[in-house]
Amino acid sequence: MDFLNAFIALSNFVLIPAISYGSQLALGALGVTLIYGILRFSNFAHGDTMAFGAMSTILFTWLFQSWGISFGVLPTALLALPFGIACTIGLLLATDRVVYRFYRAQKVKPVILVIVAMGIMFIYNGLVRFIVGPGDQRFFDGARFIIKARDFKAATGLSEGLSFKTTQGITIVTAIIVVAALFWFLNRTRTGKSMRAYSDNEDLALLSGINPERVVLYTWMIVAGLATIAGVLYGLDKGFKPFTYFQLLLPIFASAIVGGLGNPLGAIAGGFVIAFSEVGITYAWKKVATYVLPESMAPDSLLQLLSTDYKFAVSFVILLIVLLFRPTGIFQGKAV
Amino acid sequence: MDARLKNTLLFAVVAALIIYTGYAQSANAALQIVNMGLISAIMAIGVNMQWGFAGLFNVGVMGFVALGGLGAVLIAMPPVTDAWTAGGRGVLLALLLGAATVAGAVMAATRLPKGRMRTLMVLAILVGGFFIYRAVFDPAVEAVEKVNPALEGYLGGLGLPVLVAWPVGGLLAAGAAWLIGKTALGLRSDYLAIATLGIAEIIIAVLKNEDWLSRGVKNVVGIPRPLPYEIDLQNDPTFVERWGAWGLDPVLASTLYVKIGYMILFAVILIILMWMVEKSLKSPWGRMMRAIRDNEDAAEAMGKDVTRRHLQVFVLGSAICGLAGAMMTTLDGQLTPGTYQPLRFTFLIWVMVVVGGSGNNFGAVLGAFLIWFLWVQVEPMGLWFMSTITSWMPEGSPVAAHLLDSAAQMRLLTMGVVLILVLRFSPRGLIPER
Repeated sequence: MDFLNAFIALSNFVLIPAISYGSQLALGALGVTLIYGILRFSNFAHGDTMAFGAMSTILFTWLFQSWGISFGVLPTALLALPFGIACTIGLLLATDRVVYRFYRAQKVKPVILVIVAMGIMFIYNGLVRFIVGPGDQRFFDGARFIIKARDFKAATGLSEGLSFKTTQGITIVTAIIVVAALFWFLNRTRTGKSMRAYSDNEDLALLSGINPERVVLYTWMIVAGLATIAGVLYGLDKGFKPFTYFQLLLPIFASAIVGGLGNPLGAIAGGFVIAFSEVGITYAWKKVATYVLPESMAPDSLLQLLSTDYKFAVSFVILLIVLLFRPTGIFQGKAV
Repeated sequence: MDARLKNTLLFAVVAALIIYTGYAQSANAALQIVNMGLISAIMAIGVNMQWGFAGLFNVGVMGFVALGGLGAVLIAMPPVTDAWTAGGRGVLLALLLGAATVAGAVMAATRLPKGRMRTLMVLAILVGGFFIYRAVFDPAVEAVEKVNPALEGYLGGLGLPVLVAWPVGGLLAAGAAWLIGKTALGLRSDYLAIATLGIAEIIIAVLKNEDWLSRGVKNVVGIPRPLPYEIDLQNDPTFVERWGAWGLDPVLASTLYVKIGYMILFAVILIILMWMVEKSLKSPWGRMMRAIRDNEDAAEAMGKDVTRRHLQVFVLGSAICGLAGAMMTTLDGQLTPGTYQPLRFTFLIWVMVVVGGSGNNFGAVLGAFLIWFLWVQVEPMGLWFMSTITSWMPEGSPVAAHLLDSAAQMRLLTMGVVLILVLRFSPRGLIPER
C-alpha cells in the first residue's frame, strides 16, 4: 500500500508534469533542430516564434469565444490552433522572403545568420508585446481536470490523490500525434525524403535535382506548425506571458543539443532528459521517501536538491556534461 | 569622402542628437543618456574584443555585468557584523567545503587510473560533498538571513571605497569567464553561445535567490558613492553661493554637478580603456587575434595556441563587461537583480557592436551612444507617432487606446529593425574595421 502511495505521489508530482513539460520541450526542440539541419544555423528567434504562434492562437480563441463557439470539455484554443498556425506560417515565410533568403543566396557563415536571427528575435518579441502587451493572458477554457485528486482518492481508497489536468492530457496526446505525423512525413513522403537528403548532404541533394527553395519553404512551414503547437500547449499548461517564451530558449536549445543538433529523434529524447532532470532535481522528495523508507529512516528535511528557481541551472549543467563527454549529443548530431 | 572625416561627422551627429535632447528636454536627461552611453560603450568594447577581435560569440554579457554589480556590493557596502557573527563563518566554511569537493572530484578524475572505480569515486566525492556542504550551508544561511531581514539579512560587504569595487567587479567577471571558457571554448561557436546564455541566467538566478549574498529580489540600496549626495550639496552654503552667482538654482546645480562628476569619471575610464585596446589591437597580439579569427586552422599551423588565446581574450572582454557592470551599479546606487534582462543587457549590447562596426573600437563606442540614445528616445517618439496617427480617430476608440498603450513596446521592434537594416545594407557597421 505504501509503495502504491509512493508511486501515486511520484506520478502526481514528477512523472506527469515531467512528461507533459518534456513533450512541450521536445516539440520546441524539434523546430530548432529542423532549422539547424536544413538552414544550418541556431535560430535564436524560436522562443519568440512560439510566443507569436501562441499569441495568434489566443487572438482567434478570443474571437471564437466572443462568437460563442466552444469545444465542449476541450479548450477552444484547439479549434483556433489551425488559424494560429496559418498566421505563423505567414510570418515565417514573410521573414524568410524579406530577410533570410538574401543571406542564403550569399552563403554567409552560420554565425552571421545567428546574429540576423537575433534581430528577428527582437522584432518578433516587440511584435508580440505590441499586439497583446507584456502581461499574462488567460485563454484556457473547458474542463480543468481529467482526474481530480479527490475523486481519485475516493475511488481507490489510497491516501495520495492523483490529479491529471486536461492540459497535461492534451499536451501528451497532441505531442504523440504531431511527432508521429512528422516522422511519417520525413520518412515516407517525397518532400520529407528530399528534406532529409538536403540536410545530410546539400551538394549531393542539389545534384539530384532537389529544389532547395522548396525544401526551405516546407521547413519553415513545418517549423511554424511545431512552434505554434508547442507555444499553445505551454501556454495552456502554464499560462501565456511573452517573456517566459524567451526564457524557454535555454531549455529548448539544451534539449536539441543534448539530443544532437540536427537529429529529430535526439530532440525528442533531449526534451525528456531535460524535463525529467529539471523536475526531478527541483522536487522535494520528502513525501515519496516517507512512504518508501521505514519509519526510523524518515527524513526531516524536504530532500530537495535545488530550489525551483535554479531550474535553468539543471538544463545548463546537463548540457555541459553531455557536451564535455559526447560533443555531438546522445544521438549523433551534425556539425556545420 | 575620406574615412576620418566621415567618422568625425558620425560622432558629431550623435553628439548633436544628445545636445538637442538637452535643449529640448532637459540637461539632466541629456547627461543621463551620456552617462549610460559611456557605460554601454565600455560594455560594447568588451563584446567587441570577443567578437570583433577574436570571433567569439558571447551572449552572456548580462551575467558578467551583473557580477560586476555584485562586486560593487561586496566591496563598498558596510559589513553586517551581526550577520557575520551569526553565520558568516558557517557560510565561508560551506563555500570552502564546496570548492574542496569540486577540487577533489577533479583531482580524482585526473589522477586515478581510468575505469569504473574512478567514475564511482568521482560520483561518491560529488554526492557526499554536496550533502556535507548543504548540512553546513543551510543553517548558516538561515542564521544570516534572520538578522534584521527588513534592512539587512545579508553579510554585507567590506566597506571599502566604491572605486576599489570597479576593478574587483572586473575580476569577478574574469573569474567566471575563466571557468566557463575553460569548459566551453573548445566547443563549436553555437555551443559557446548557448553555454554563455545559460551561465548568464544562472548568475542572475544566484543573485536573485542567495539572499545572504545580495539580498536577492529585496535589492541592495544605498551603495556608497564616489561623489557627494545632491542633498548634502544643497545644504552646503558655499556650494549654493558659488552656483547661485551663476544664476543657477541649487537643486538643478547639485544634480548637474553629480552627473557631470560621473561623466568625467566614466569618460576617463573609457579613454584609458580605449587607449589600451587600440594599442593591443595594433600590436602583434592584436594581429595574431585577427589572424586566428579569420582562419583558425592557418593560425594553428603557424604555431599559435588557438584555445589559449581564445580563453585569454574571452576573459579580458568579460572583465571589461564586469567593470562596466560595477560602474553601472555605482551610478544607480543599488543592485536590483530583478531588473537584469537578457534583451537589455546582452542583446542590446550586441546591437551596439554590430551597428557601430564589429572589429572597430571607435565603431563600438559610436554604436553604444547611438543605440542607447535610440533606446531611451524611441519611447517618447513612439508615443508622439502613435498620438499623431490616432488623432483622427474618435475620442475613446479602443484601437486608439491600444495603439497608445503599445507605444512603450516600440523599443524592441525598433532595435530589431535597426539591426536587420544595418546587417543588410551595411554589414560591416557604421565605422568598418580597418
